[in-house]
Amino acid sequence: MTIAEKLASVVLWTIAAFTVLFLLTPLVVTVVVSFGSSPVFTLPAPGWSLRWYEALGRSRELWPAVLLSVQIAALSTAVALVLGTLCAVGLLRGRFPGREAAVTFLVSPLMLPGLVIGIAMLETYRAAGLRDAWTSLLIAHVVITLPYVVRTVLAALSLFDFTLIDAARTLGCSWAGAVVRVLVPALAPAFLTAGMFAFLASMDNYPISIFFTDAWTRTLPIQMLQFVEESPDPTIAAVSALSIALAALVLVVGDRLVGLRRMTDL
Amino acid sequence: MRNRPDPVALLALPALLYLGIVYAVPLAGLLVGSVVRPGGVTLAPFADFFRDPFHWTVAGNTLRVAALTTLVCLAIGYPTAVALARARGFAQAAILVAIILPLSVGVVVKAFAWQIVLRRDGVVSQILVGLGVWDEPQRLLFTEAGLVIGAANVFVPFMILPVYSVLKTIDPRVGEAATTLGASPLYRFRKVTLPLALPGIVSGIAFVFSMTASMYVIPSLLVGDRFQTLATLTGRSFLFMRNEELGSTTAVVLLALTVAIVVGSTSLSRRLGGSS
Repeated sequence: MTIAEKLASVVLWTIAAFTVLFLLTPLVVTVVVSFGSSPVFTLPAPGWSLRWYEALGRSRELWPAVLLSVQIAALSTAVALVLGTLCAVGLLRGRFPGREAAVTFLVSPLMLPGLVIGIAMLETYRAAGLRDAWTSLLIAHVVITLPYVVRTVLAALSLFDFTLIDAARTLGCSWAGAVVRVLVPALAPAFLTAGMFAFLASMDNYPISIFFTDAWTRTLPIQMLQFVEESPDPTIAAVSALSIALAALVLVVGDRLVGLRRMTDL
Repeated sequence: MRNRPDPVALLALPALLYLGIVYAVPLAGLLVGSVVRPGGVTLAPFADFFRDPFHWTVAGNTLRVAALTTLVCLAIGYPTAVALARARGFAQAAILVAIILPLSVGVVVKAFAWQIVLRRDGVVSQILVGLGVWDEPQRLLFTEAGLVIGAANVFVPFMILPVYSVLKTIDPRVGEAATTLGASPLYRFRKVTLPLALPGIVSGIAFVFSMTASMYVIPSLLVGDRFQTLATLTGRSFLFMRNEELGSTTAVVLLALTVAIVVGSTSLSRRLGGSS
């Protein structure tokens, strides 16, 4: 290795190490603050305590929001997995005019500003007479989750060798049996990755959900932003730390089942 | 035979119909609604919008913050993607965790954490004073620099991942061959690695730029009301000011901007020979 190459390599790894630190900073800060005794987020904390976690248990606004978010995220992800998988099979295996355009359309909710989508939906749903917040949220969140499923399952399907299904049928499987015993297991990692990111995207969505909330129907990010703006105390950090722990758990499970490297194929 | 619909292709219909009704129709309605006023079709709302110098400031803020954030993400994201493609074992796992874990954490959580870090007595201020860069503690919260730092933190994974997905497919022997043939590292980067990585870089830039241009939660927590972007102005006109006419005008301007970025970058990376 020449000196120039060594130097380039040192610079490269320094920047990479900096980026790792930079990416983890907000997570570390949140966890540290949540265990601190100071009510004004002083760092380093003057002492340690669990009082913000105790306050969390007493909160009346928080748990309904968590429940609603999990409900909407789970339902919309399930619907998206069914619609999205059927759609991916149809697009890839059927004679489909304008396939590229269809894929771009299906993935476009990911790329357009959420706020604009939310406003457009609000006006149309209102005009159509739909006023129920819960139903509107579910309809909107399927639009958020569907692109993740279509994209990931489409990529996995294009690597799948469909002659395997013919082989299974030659060996005596029924068509449905071949699909369940050959195609579904081959797609399982894609279902898992897509489902995970779709679920998280729904749980985290603010700009679309904000248009479909009322006093009784508030998703978690909306409730949390209101906490941060109105009464910022480390209880927020405690909720956040719990959500980070949950994300870490999901990551460990995902790594065991799919592998971290495959999870980066967003 | 050719005109009969293929039964397998019909499987795609439910999803397409669903998105068509609950997503495409509303967007079309927004576009139509933005030019229809009592008395007919008119482009006057857009003419009025661009006549107001305040809106030029808002558009300028949006583009400047998006450009700066994209630049920061490229500067730290490209080297990180290269390092990730070369890393093995622990280093690879560490970089992957640092990218995927924050992706799974909500944006409200991250913006809230940056509120704490960027305060006058926050960690960044303490470090810069400790290093002697600043003479006295300063507040980065509610400044444009603070906003760019927070936005870059949230969006840098969307620069690293597309670049990494291109880099990991490049055969390492290509670089070795260039070296064997006498190419200097700089020449090798310019003539071999960069052209191969370019499709990934283009889609990374497009992702980060369009996401930064449309972000709403991060500026509302990190920069406050005095600094408006197209997205925050759109949100505020609907949620607080109840000025839906202004809101739908800014929404359409923002939509046009992001569509232009997505379409432009897609055709650019296709011309560069990438698949992403």
